Amino acid sequence: MSNHQKALESLTAIHGVRGAMIATGDDGIVVAEAVMEDVDGAALAALASSLTRRLEGAAAAASGGRPGFLHLQATGGALLVCPAGHGLLLVVIAERGVNVGRARLEMARVAETIT
Amino acid sequence: MRSVEPWVVAPLEGFLGESSARLVLIMTSAGQVIAQHGFTRALDVMSAAALGAGIMASAQELARVISWPAFTTVVHQGTRQGHFLARFETPRGVMIGLVVFGSETSLGLVQLFFNQLVLDLKQAAPAEKQPPQVLPADFEKELNASLRTLFGR
Repeated sequence: MSNHQKALESLTAIHGVRGAMIATGDDGIVVAEAVMEDVDGAALAALASSLTRRLEGAAAAASGGRPGFLHLQATGGALLVCPAGHGLLLVVIAERGVNVGRARLEMARVAETIT
Repeated sequence: MRSVEPWVVAPLEGFLGESSARLVLIMTSAGQVIAQHGFTRALDVMSAAALGAGIMASAQELARVISWPAFTTVVHQGTRQGHFLARFETPRGVMIGLVVFGSETSLGLVQLFFNQLVLDLKQAAPAEKQPPQVLPADFEKELNASLRTLFGR
């Protein structure tokens, strides 16, 4: 098992997390993924990357600097994105009741290990 | 956007709206242009179609030589723009899509919405029909008619 897969497993072990992936920030391409079968990984990577780029643009326009964490709460669940090194993004989708604090801490830890 | 086949228009408009692609070319595997968006000169579109079909044919042959399944997608990623080239099947035969995109979108988004375009084209395509026989005397007339449709001149 690759280091990326091991890192993702520590995220999918969190109760309520339906999938985790590492994607390229610029291209929106999947680097490694551990998502449930009903989740379209390629679509998730592309859309999460696009959303992050747009939010980075909005934050820059507001002189807010680069976002360190993105949390999108929807009626059916949550999308969490954390920038990692080398232009990569760590993306997590979770159920509505997920412990976001725990997921966020684990994502920050994993993001530091991604090389 | 211009198309010589009316059933291509709605799926392609949907793709253009979602993907933010700069240039798009839909062609047959022989390089005959079906639809185009963003090109302003006939020479450019004909060159791009011929080169795109040639690249896909080379990729197919390379796959055959090394006994791999056929390559369906080729991507050229540049610093200012990328080229996405993909081969797909429709009820009207094999077609090739060429998409030129810039930093306002991403390869992932282009790929995502191109997959949807292929599904939409497969649904919209009428059953295959026998191509009309083009006589040498009619060739120039047919070509000029296609160019007029593609460039509105």
